Amino acid sequence: MNDAVKRHEYDVVVIGAGGAGLRAAIEASAMGVRTALICKSLLGKAHTVMAEGGIAAALGNVWKEDNWKVHFRDTMRGGKLLNHWRMAQIHAQEAPDRVLELEEWGALFDRTKDGLILQRDFGGHRYARLAHVGDRTGLEMIRTLQDHAVHRGIDVFMETTMFRLLTEDGRVSGAIGYDRQKGELALFHAKAVVLATGGVGKAWKVTSNSWEYTGDGFAMALEAGAELIDMEMTQFHPTGMVWPTSVRGLLVTEGVRGDGGTLKNANGERFMFKYIPEFFKAETADNEAEADRWYEDKTNRRTPDLLPRDEVARAINAEVKAGRGSPHGGVFLDIASRRSAEYIKRRLPSMYHQFMQLAGVDITKEAMEIGPTLHYIMGGVRVDPDSTQSTVPGLFAAGEVAAGMHGANRLGGNSLSDLLVFGRRAGLYAAEYAKRLARMPLLDEQQVSRRSQEILAPLERRGGENPYALHAELTDTMQDLVGIIRTADELRQALTRIDSLRTRAARCAVASGRVYNPSWHLALDLRTMLLCSEAVTRSALLREESRGGHTRDDYPKPDPDWGKKNVVTRLRDGQVELRTASLPEAPSELRALLGEEKPSAKVAVPAGAE
Amino acid sequence: MPNVKVNVFRGDASGGQLKRYDVPTDPGMVVLDVVHRIQATQEPDLAVRWNCKAGKCGSCSAEINGLPKLMCMTRMDTFEEGEEITVTPVKTFPVIRDLVTDVSYNYEWAKTIPAFKPKPKEADGTRRMYQDDVERVQEFHKCIECFLCQDVCHVIRDHEEDKAGFAGPRYFVRLAALEMHPLDTNDRTELIRQKYGLGYCNITKCCTDVCPEHIHITDNAIIPLKERVVTSTYDPVGWALRRMRGKPATLAAGEPEPPSA
Repeated sequence: MNDAVKRHEYDVVVIGAGGAGLRAAIEASAMGVRTALICKSLLGKAHTVMAEGGIAAALGNVWKEDNWKVHFRDTMRGGKLLNHWRMAQIHAQEAPDRVLELEEWGALFDRTKDGLILQRDFGGHRYARLAHVGDRTGLEMIRTLQDHAVHRGIDVFMETTMFRLLTEDGRVSGAIGYDRQKGELALFHAKAVVLATGGVGKAWKVTSNSWEYTGDGFAMALEAGAELIDMEMTQFHPTGMVWPTSVRGLLVTEGVRGDGGTLKNANGERFMFKYIPEFFKAETADNEAEADRWYEDKTNRRTPDLLPRDEVARAINAEVKAGRGSPHGGVFLDIASRRSAEYIKRRLPSMYHQFMQLAGVDITKEAMEIGPTLHYIMGGVRVDPDSTQSTVPGLFAAGEVAAGMHGANRLGGNSLSDLLVFGRRAGLYAAEYAKRLARMPLLDEQQVSRRSQEILAPLERRGGENPYALHAELTDTMQDLVGIIRTADELRQALTRIDSLRTRAARCAVASGRVYNPSWHLALDLRTMLLCSEAVTRSALLREESRGGHTRDDYPKPDPDWGKKNVVTRLRDGQVELRTASLPEAPSELRALLGEEKPSAKVAVPAGAE
Repeated sequence: MPNVKVNVFRGDASGGQLKRYDVPTDPGMVVLDVVHRIQATQEPDLAVRWNCKAGKCGSCSAEINGLPKLMCMTRMDTFEEGEEITVTPVKTFPVIRDLVTDVSYNYEWAKTIPAFKPKPKEADGTRRMYQDDVERVQEFHKCIECFLCQDVCHVIRDHEEDKAGFAGPRYFVRLAALEMHPLDTNDRTELIRQKYGLGYCNITKCCTDVCPEHIHITDNAIIPLKERVVTSTYDPVGWALRRMRGKPATLAAGEPEPPSA
């Protein structure tokens, strides 16, 4: 068999070309190091393109009272204080500059009446804070970064998936994977690697994530010796489409609720008032009249429809279980009764289009049917908060693949800003690291040969398991047993099934032909998805409390002791091994910002709000 | 739901043929679901490019019964019951495998377009633009780069030899977005005239018809660009001087005819 590998050499290799990867590559290239950007799909198609609502940044254009301290507070409280305080601080402080920088590169956000960037309301954010372009903010962001990267002349390798990192004496020396268009193995010899590979939503059946989301970065990091933290923290976005089946899970932006949409059960009841947790009572309206006034007058407390995502997803789940769901097993999201057709079409054009074309529902006239969908993994690679370097020298991580920033639950809008802030830092510090290295790390040729054989192995087997069937079994397992509400018993059952699936996945046989072979690709993705699924499930079993994106039916309350701990995952001799580590404590001046806060009566009328 | 009969192109750069599949369907399915079902149950190596499955990324472009469309946004219930459906790769670009084509032509053109170059900030350090001023360009920014406009454009669809001198509707939209950006200071008019081949477009509006984002490519991007090129190259004084000196007026491709004397 021909196992020739196409070799490339760079200082910094960025794996993943969504917002974080593009921003990292731009920064590394600006630092003057040889930079490669590896794209699992075509350039500009990464998951960032699907982000709808906006980029959270305390620009203060709509509410001048907004500033980084309020944003920091909202992020930490939304994350149930499990966030790394330093990441949340850096993020809140740097997000405005990163948004304004996009404008310098040609992005065109919606405007206030004064001609500044308009900001919209979103769940968990004290003030209207999200810079946006209608409901296609992600497209604006990725295209702006893409065009800027292209003009910088960065080398881009499209439709190329990295499956394994290479190391020399415990530090990064490169990565190896599969170039679909050429049908050959590709090896990137590098001084530093930035992981910007996103999450692992494709291990669940109902997800807003595309086929690319198979946990490549989590698995590569683990296998290279890095640590992951808090993999049990999985975000179920409360509003995914539920019907037709073929679009089940497809995202419905939180902007629908930010712009006035409310949740209702089959009896027409606005049920969120029943699910306001103690933690958010002081700042949440407990009656419809006050909630309705809040949209125009922020001296009122905010509507519970815009509680953080974990709270809303659990509430919807409970309503459906209680038999008050919609015909297709969700609940109703209604914006038509509050807003005009013209307003809805202008603010939410792609939602209008998506429901009209795919479900035959006119959202300017009728309510949408929605339900929770696996959307995001808060857990991920444990990184240094300032430099984004993992516990493996030369390995950096930014965006969804990294952990710490969002704690136990991510606020909407904080992902796009995370990508920009930590993408830039990853590129910067990876480039600095590469410059400091006296020589290229050596490639271990035995390692290269072993990894090549591993990648090619499914092509050589005959009559084994079908990867599509195994993938369906895995997504059923994670959906049924590692979902929104978890129990020790079900998590143990999940581990047994994952174990058996792993044995079978090692026997996957795929159709022949190396060029653009999706069955071969899926066989390789299965390995990473299974490793990630085990990490999530084991972490979920260990954390005996309910917090943010992790809810245990057998431990239904948050536990103050667990609130001070990260669950750390690593591999030892190929086996997943867990331990806990103390969460770093914020300095007292930042801790003082984190208390409950009622809306102040002296809040001004918004400057340029519509 | 009855089974549907689907013909799918199977092959690569060296050629191929349509293969017929009998596929069970469910309510609400789109063409991409049918292709995925074939992949999962009958042809594991059937190559198809896709990502978001929501009409937002522009990956799953193909020709469905000969019409350029996104597979993820084409519902099966838009076909007559019993109607045979044929899915082929976009015709303008070379096949890599099955429904996947080599669209690098587009990315190569993108590299050549001079970058956004903003004017200085306001005195107070801000950037002020008004909604009315940005909306025109926001329409162009809706482009999801599905390249269906490039696929349908007859200038390159039927003339491989013209690809080197014609950037195509997608990049006219991109150029229009830059030229009409309220902050941009770069002037690309001469390049649009000489290099990007705007003059080849004879505004048949095929691109506008297939745009899944409903961008008015011809009316709002191409025609205003043509007008800009005309304005900047229309120089009646120079033309009259050349006539008086007896030198023939030489026209570059796309340059408008001078007015008849």
